[in-house]
Amino acid sequence: MKEIVIISGKGGTGKSSICAALAYVAKEELVVADCDVDAADLHLILNPKNSEVQDFYSGVLAEIDPDKCIACGLCQQICRFAAIEPHEKTYRVIDLECEGCGYCYYVCPQDAITLIDQNVGKFLISDTRYGCTLVHAHLGIGADNSGKLVAKVKSEAKTRAKTEQKAYILADGSPGIGCPVIASLAGADYVILVTESSKSGLSDLKRVQELVTKFQIPSACIVNKADINPGVTSDIHKYLAKNKIHHMGDIPYAEDFHKAIAMGRCLIEENETRWLPIFSEYWHDIKEKI
Amino acid sequence: MRIAIASGKGGTGKTFLAVNLALKAAETQTTLLMDLDVEEPNGGIFIQADAADVHKVTRAIPIWDPGACNLCGKCISWCKFNAIIKLGEMILVMPPLCHSCYACSELCPMQALPMEQQSLGEIRHLKLGKLDFTESKLDIGLEQSSPLIERTLEFADEHFGDKELQLLDSPPGTACAMVSAVKTVDYVILISEPTPFGLFDLNLAVETVRQLGLPFSVVINRDGIGNNDIYKYLEKEKIQLLAKIPHQREIAEMYSRGEIIYQQVPAVDEALNQILSKIRSLS
Amino acid sequence: MRIIFTSTGEGWDAKIDPRFGRTDYILVYDEEKDELVAHDNREIMEVAHGAGPKTAQKIHEFKADVLITGNGPGGNAAGILKTMPLKIFIRAGGMSIREAYEAYKDDALEPGA
Repeated sequence: MKEIVIISGKGGTGKSSICAALAYVAKEELVVADCDVDAADLHLILNPKNSEVQDFYSGVLAEIDPDKCIACGLCQQICRFAAIEPHEKTYRVIDLECEGCGYCYYVCPQDAITLIDQNVGKFLISDTRYGCTLVHAHLGIGADNSGKLVAKVKSEAKTRAKTEQKAYILADGSPGIGCPVIASLAGADYVILVTESSKSGLSDLKRVQELVTKFQIPSACIVNKADINPGVTSDIHKYLAKNKIHHMGDIPYAEDFHKAIAMGRCLIEENETRWLPIFSEYWHDIKEKI
Repeated sequence: MRIAIASGKGGTGKTFLAVNLALKAAETQTTLLMDLDVEEPNGGIFIQADAADVHKVTRAIPIWDPGACNLCGKCISWCKFNAIIKLGEMILVMPPLCHSCYACSELCPMQALPMEQQSLGEIRHLKLGKLDFTESKLDIGLEQSSPLIERTLEFADEHFGDKELQLLDSPPGTACAMVSAVKTVDYVILISEPTPFGLFDLNLAVETVRQLGLPFSVVINRDGIGNNDIYKYLEKEKIQLLAKIPHQREIAEMYSRGEIIYQQVPAVDEALNQILSKIRSLS
Repeated sequence: MRIIFTSTGEGWDAKIDPRFGRTDYILVYDEEKDELVAHDNREIMEVAHGAGPKTAQKIHEFKADVLITGNGPGGNAAGILKTMPLKIFIRAGGMSIREAYEAYKDDALEPGA
């Protein structure tokens, strides 16, 4: 079983649209994993149903038992995140500020503080209208995506792929350059970088490729909106050649991206004659390279 | 007046709006723009000046003192972030994972983990007429945005507290970093686009600013693509629609070249006027 | 020589886990004793951040000479592994442990950074 991860340094490059179109082409052969948990949008196209839902816990929050608290104030003194405030003669934790470091719990002389596992969101395994399985997650407000959540989404996708005898996992990767994207890349067999023809697109591509290089995973790149800025597009091509990144192709600026999303469809459903050959070719290219 | 420009997801035009709004505002009033997308700051592509001053930002990290340590290993079990490990007779602290909570340092029975200031990132500042611009960037390999965002806001209080308008280009998403940036402001402008993706992500952003108890309104970018669902949503939720920026291919082209847009596209200029008159009515 | 494999299962027929930090098992093969011992690493699933360093710490405890894995370790873990006298080979993801060991013997594995 092979794992393909699609990433892009910045948002708005068309990554999820491209991911959905590839899922459409290869629906018989894969399980889809949405690891872009901060902006999980794939479900808007794939229409998940019959979801199997699990709560997801990560990290802890401190909680003060007012009956045990003697208001010594030690916890407030040592908290570096200003997460503890006086409240009705004792103290309480401001959840939004608490980092879950546990320092207050270790120092409380009355054992009045407990560390509660934090429910940060939901984790779902769903059927989709394409027939392939989608593994995805919804995070609560202010909750951080983490390597743990991404790893769980991916490992569940792997289990599913095994039982369903699917040869590929297609993962919509996390943005940025932090822990979630590292977890998205860990275990990947092939990385597809989606970028757009703009100065910020190029600088974000370079940042994210640095990570891919660190993991020594073979990568390929799709340049979206390639005709928006021919100068930058040619800079991107040079960058790809120099860094031995396979150039899968350029996609010109196309209104179909917005039109398709607006209808809750993928590009191919929007205009089959135009997009099916392109994405079939991409998928063929990916399989050949792996 | 401190205002955050935020969005549920990246790529909706947050930096585009922040940069153009700041430059336009600075035609008449002293303005500060802070790019707080510290993992991937891009505001500097659009705002350039001959000279920039760079301020190093540090934070406290425990540094292992092998002479004092008795290798009891308690620090490892205390650290909730897995930032300390033991390799044989060596204790290793990993700065990217450390949250600077001081627990290991202050609880260590041998005082073998004194806190020391270590580099976190830098703030680049430049001046362009009435506009002051700061761009904060995390050191390579570090991944916690919130401490640098907080330091940058303190830096702004210290040096630019007198600016009539302070704009924040906040990190995308609704996670911790976005909350750190947004929670200190007087007002939030959310930017989105009229597609199901835009609506879904806007809804998350709205829930977040509501939970923070902040006043806010919405700017819709790329008006004309997609459908009307987002406008129905705003109406239903009684959220003010501050301005619409039309969808034009030429805007994307100018943006891709790192150009300033409002001087070239009257419709953008008009939208900025509407936003600025709202901002001025707040103070 | 003591050789460590990141693995998805317990024996010679298990597959190399391409992930370093979040590998399911750590297999240690002692060539002199001809003994393959499996260590369950699945508790790592509960670690939100810093899985790589945790696994690196375990590998240090096993005192191996060679590590065979899939993708390279992340930045934090790579820094820790550098402090050890350890030869790292990558891109063995998908091979069985036996295949990976034979490839190592034949000098056919790619050295990691």
